[in-house]
Parts: sequence; C-alpha cells; structure tokens
Amino acid sequence: MKYLTEFRNGEIAQRMAREIRVITTRPWKIMEVCGGQTHSIIKNGIDQMLPSEIEMIHGPGCPVCVTPLELIDKALAIAAQPGVIFCSFGDMLRVPGTDADLFQIKGAGGDVRVVYSPLDAVDLAMKNPEKQVVFFGVGFETTAPANAMSVHVAKRRGLKNFSLLVSHVLVPPAIEAIMGSPGNKVQGFLLAGHVCSVMGYWEYPPLAAKYGIPLVVTGFEPLDLLDGIRRAVVQLEAGRHEVENAYERIVTFDGNRAAQKLLAEVFEVTDRAWRGIGVIPNSGWRLSAAYRAFDAEDRFQISGIHTQESPLCRAGDVLRGAIKPAECSAFGKECTPRHPLGATMVSSEGACAAYFNYGRFLSIEELAGAGTGLTGVVHG
Amino acid sequence: MAESAKTALLDLPKGTPDFSGWSCPLPLVGYPTIVMGHGGGGKLGNELVEHMFLPAFRNPALENLGDAAVLDLLNGRLAMSTDSFVVQPLFFPGGSIGELAVNGTVNDLAVSGAEPKFLSAGFILEEGFPLAQLAAIVQAMANAAHTAGVQIVTGDTKVVERGHGDGCYINTAGIGVLRPGIRLGPNRAKPGDAILVSGTIGDHGMAIMSVREGLEFESQIRSDCVALNGMIAEVLDAAGASVHAMRDPTRGGLASTLNEIAQASGVGIVIDEASLPVRVEVQSACELLGLDPVYVANEGKAVFFVVPEAAEKVLAVLRAHPLGREAARIGQVTAEHPKMLVARTAMGANRVIAQQIGEQLPRIC
Repeated sequence: MKYLTEFRNGEIAQRMAREIRVITTRPWKIMEVCGGQTHSIIKNGIDQMLPSEIEMIHGPGCPVCVTPLELIDKALAIAAQPGVIFCSFGDMLRVPGTDADLFQIKGAGGDVRVVYSPLDAVDLAMKNPEKQVVFFGVGFETTAPANAMSVHVAKRRGLKNFSLLVSHVLVPPAIEAIMGSPGNKVQGFLLAGHVCSVMGYWEYPPLAAKYGIPLVVTGFEPLDLLDGIRRAVVQLEAGRHEVENAYERIVTFDGNRAAQKLLAEVFEVTDRAWRGIGVIPNSGWRLSAAYRAFDAEDRFQISGIHTQESPLCRAGDVLRGAIKPAECSAFGKECTPRHPLGATMVSSEGACAAYFNYGRFLSIEELAGAGTGLTGVVHG
Repeated sequence: MAESAKTALLDLPKGTPDFSGWSCPLPLVGYPTIVMGHGGGGKLGNELVEHMFLPAFRNPALENLGDAAVLDLLNGRLAMSTDSFVVQPLFFPGGSIGELAVNGTVNDLAVSGAEPKFLSAGFILEEGFPLAQLAAIVQAMANAAHTAGVQIVTGDTKVVERGHGDGCYINTAGIGVLRPGIRLGPNRAKPGDAILVSGTIGDHGMAIMSVREGLEFESQIRSDCVALNGMIAEVLDAAGASVHAMRDPTRGGLASTLNEIAQASGVGIVIDEASLPVRVEVQSACELLGLDPVYVANEGKAVFFVVPEAAEKVLAVLRAHPLGREAARIGQVTAEHPKMLVARTAMGANRVIAQQIGEQLPRIC
C-alpha cells in the first residue's frame, strides 16, 4: 500500500533502532502526545526496540479519554430523548458515563447511530426533518474541521434540526499544562502529525523556547515514530530545543489555512475540563456566537447531572504520564475492556486499552517462549 | 402488479443485485409487498409457497408440503447445525442474506467434517417487505443450495408488523453426514500443528461496512460468501487424518477463531502478521476506519490445523482449488503461552491478539 508499507519495513526499523541506541548516552523521557501514536508504539512493539534509557510516556491525546464525564452523561441524556437521532464516532459508544454507555441507551430504545463523517449526520437531519439530529463533536484539532464543516453546512442549508454537542480540545495548552505540572518528568514531545496537518506547527516554537524542550512533528507508522524519536534524542543529547518536522510528506509549517479559517469562524477558544486532569484554561473550542444556535447543550438544556468517577480509576495519572497503565491497581483486575472503569480502557486510542489488548500485562519472559520462533525477537 | 413491482424495484437499496430479469411464475394475487396475511396460514401464505418457494427449491422431500420433510435414513453419524441471519443491508456487494443463509449453515457442517445434505429455511418477514426482494433472496438461496449440493426440504414463513423486523430474517438448520475416520474438533489442536487459511481475510466484513448507512465508502470490495464443502472435501480426501481442527472464521474474524481454538485446546498460537493474506482494498479500508482485518468477518474462508508434515500437501490441495488460490500458511501451535494468540509483527516484536469485546468500532481519527 503506497505510503504505508514503505513505512512499516522491519529491516529499516531495526536499523533505525540501532542508530537510536548508538546516539543515546543518558536517560530521556519523551512523551508522544497522541493516542494513535501510543497504539502504534505498543502494537508494533516500538518501545521494545528502544534502548532502556529511553522511556516513552503516553500523553493525553486520546479525544475519547479526555472528554469530561459530565459531557458524556449529557450525551446519554440527549440520546435517550424521544425524537432524537444521536450520531457519534464509533469509539464513543462504549465509553462509560456515570450509569450507562451509549450502547445501553441504544438497547433501551434510543436512536444512536455510528457515522464516519459529521456530514453524514447533516444528511440524516435533511432526511429526517421531524427528528432532532445531534452529532457528538469530540476530538482535537484533527476532527475539528469536519465538525466545523457540519455546522457550516447546516447553517447554509437553514437546518433547524441539527446540532453539535461540542467538546473540542487543543494540543498546545495541554503541553503547557503537562510542562507546568509539579513533578513533570517529560523532556521532549512527539507532536501529533495529523493535528499539525491541519494546524501546521507555527504554534509550537514559543513552547520549545519557554520550556527548553524539543518538539518533533511525528507520523504514525513505525518508521515515522522511530524517526521522530531519533530526532528528539539527537536534540536532547545536543542540548537543543527546537521544533522539527519529521512528517514532511503530510505536514507544512502553515498547515491547512482554509481549514484554519473555517475553524476561526465556527469556533472560539474556551476553558475546557479534561477528564482525569481537570480544567485547563483556554484549552478547547466551543461554537462561536454566529453558530451558537447549533449548540446541543443550549438546545437541550440538560440539568441535574451528578457525575461520579470510579474511585479506583487512575486514568488521570495515566493521561498526565505520571504512571503506566499496568501500575494502576485496578488494571486488568476490576478494570478491563469488558468492564472499563475509565475511558482510557475503552477507546481504541486509550493507553490502558493498548496495554491490555496487546498483552502488556504479561512479562516479556511469559511471552517469549523457547522453541516457538519467539525467542530473542522481543528486544529486537 | 407489473407497475407496482417496478416501483418497488426502483426503491432497492444500494448494493442490490440486478434481478430485473426475474419473473414471477404466476401472479401473486396482486400484492407487491408482504402483508400480514402472508404469514397467516391461509391462501396468501399458500400462494407464497406454491409460487415462490416451491419453484425455487423444488425437490421430492419438499414437494409433499407436509408438516415435516420425510427423509431417507442417512448412513453413519449425523451432524446438525443451525444459524440465524439478520444482516443489514440485505443485499451487499458479492451477495445477499440468501447466499449467507445457505452457505453459513453449509460451512458450519463442512468444517465439522460432515457432508451437508439437507437444510430447513425459516423466514421472518416484515409487513411491507417488497416481494421482488424476497424473490431475489429466495432465488439466491436456491442457487447457493444448488452449488453446495444441498436440498432445502422444509420451511416456514412468519410475518411481523411493520417496524417489528428489519425486512427479512432467515434461520436455516442443516443436517450432514460425518465422514468416517475423521476426528476433528476445536479442542484437538496440538503443539507443532501448522495453521493454514484458505484465502484473504476480512472481505465480507468490509464489503458490508462499505454499504452500511453512515459508513458508506466507494470500494471494489466484495463479500467472499461461498460454500466451502467442496474444497474441504478435497482436503479431507487428501489428508483427512492429518487435520486436527477446522473452522470458518465468520463473526469476530480470524482472531476470534484462533483464540477459541487456543482456549479449547489449551495451547498457544503464534501467527506471522506478514503472512496473513489481506487484499489491498480491504487493508486500505481497515486503515481508514481504524479496524484490524484479523477481527473482520469472513463468509467463505476456512482455517486448518494440520500436522506439520502434511502442511505443504494440504496447502497444495487448497491452492489447486478455485476457492483456495490465495491459501497461506500463517502460523503454528505451540506449547508456550497456552490459551493465548500471539502475533509476530513485521517489526520483529510480538503482540497478543486478544479476544474482541463486542464488535470493532470505527475510531475517531
């Protein structure tokens, strides 16, 4: 597959991993911001290929995981209303609210539908004028253009029965929050390639200067990740702190200006609560005054929500990179993908789910059995 | 009638095959759609049987139209299986619920080591369901039964009120005769066994996904829905005693089947990710939606656990068969990590492929 298989070449990957081992002289802690990168690292075993000095810390970049519980409860309440078609990206359906998830609402008669594009939800609104169609617009800067386009199109078509339940969050304020938190261990970042494909990377040089950290725009395939890590290590070892682009086939400095213009028109910056982390100032988007009429929170006026997080779940510590998933006492015991206590165990991008699904609760010795063709490959 | 049937045809969902050439042998008292009376046991129901089911499925056991099909005694041990089909959409690239209903049960019998003989067919139809669509489904079942060499010998039709069904549900049950001297079972995989798959994985699931409302995408992917009993018979003829287990990896995909066998046999399984046959279109669609083809459904593939000495022979038999041209050896059974499926990645690392919780969900970004 063009532009994919080339970046999954095992031999080149081993060569790049060797190069990283050669240049690494001290311990470094590098955070990959994006949950998609976390999954690729764990799925492909990239972390096992790195020298022991390099620790990958998994960041908060999983939109499903950081969507606040209160908003999920609001989504559940709206989805349960008669006359509503509630549309969502697939992986939000299993995220637990306080008492239920969207699958349970669907089972109880709610009209909950998985769509791949928010524009499909706009089409549903056109086809079902007697229904209220709500799209659950979550995500980072990556999903924002499509969500913005949906309300833009709905407004142009004069649709009165389409609205967006918005919980957009932004990467730069999250990096500030992590760097500013007491006990922070992160020394460098892999920036999320797809976020930068939309936003470019003009926002990041001030962060590199302020905190003295290298920031490398990085893709998602194994070779992309190894290249991003290599460049971060080169900078760390040399004491440099710059913004670098290791995803040049997709990302430019300016990003997608047309998308940014639309985003500036449809959204405005607001404080956002991040599940497991708390409120981060100016860390998200809400609909701007010109589009406020499409805000599902205003339209449905859900009140009386009392949220309760599981007292066992340490998703917040995982999302801040303070602990690894398996260090949570509930991991793999009270909390599994079948009975998730927090969103990080649910989403396909959640760090806990990645650790569980790819067997990281097992020791290397348990996996690497003699005579199975497994021996000796784990550490590359 | 002709006019209204035409109207119904125009409303067909995307993916519906062209069956404009189908002609009703005799007029069906004028209804273009299913009405409650079609399930009422009266004249309307009889018309459906006489003008649609009987001409399509015709065989001596069915023709008696008794309360039960009367069959001659089959020699040997019997295998029996049943499956219900609720797929949406009913017509999809490469097939319909009709082929699925026949091939699904035929394949369940075949991978049990039985030669499928007779099927039953139960229809649950929703009021308002276009008769032209039912006719296309029935014809697809008849063709699939003919291809698989089985007879549909008894059936039933019920009609539910509009809004209480999804157009058409089908249940089939089947009886087959077990081959003598074959000992197969999901609990019989042994360390050292080679694991073979008869062709590309994920075709059916992605074909369905490509036409499902809300997720439609342009693609050339077609369902692999097909009866496997002919190909399996050739494998068993050539190396029956060497085969320890067989399965058709349907819902939950290859990963679920291999996990089930690992658990039932108390063994570990190692597969080499790079050896998995996956069509480029399927891989691309999976990348787009964030799905893993090992979890995506198949309807025309079989997995074989064979003693290592027979692996090349079985592979050659599979590849010589039209349905097995892309067969591949994908891994082996091990005594290590019992009850666990481990994949060796292209990077040279290992990862566990766990049993899926529910169905795979397209990701956000």
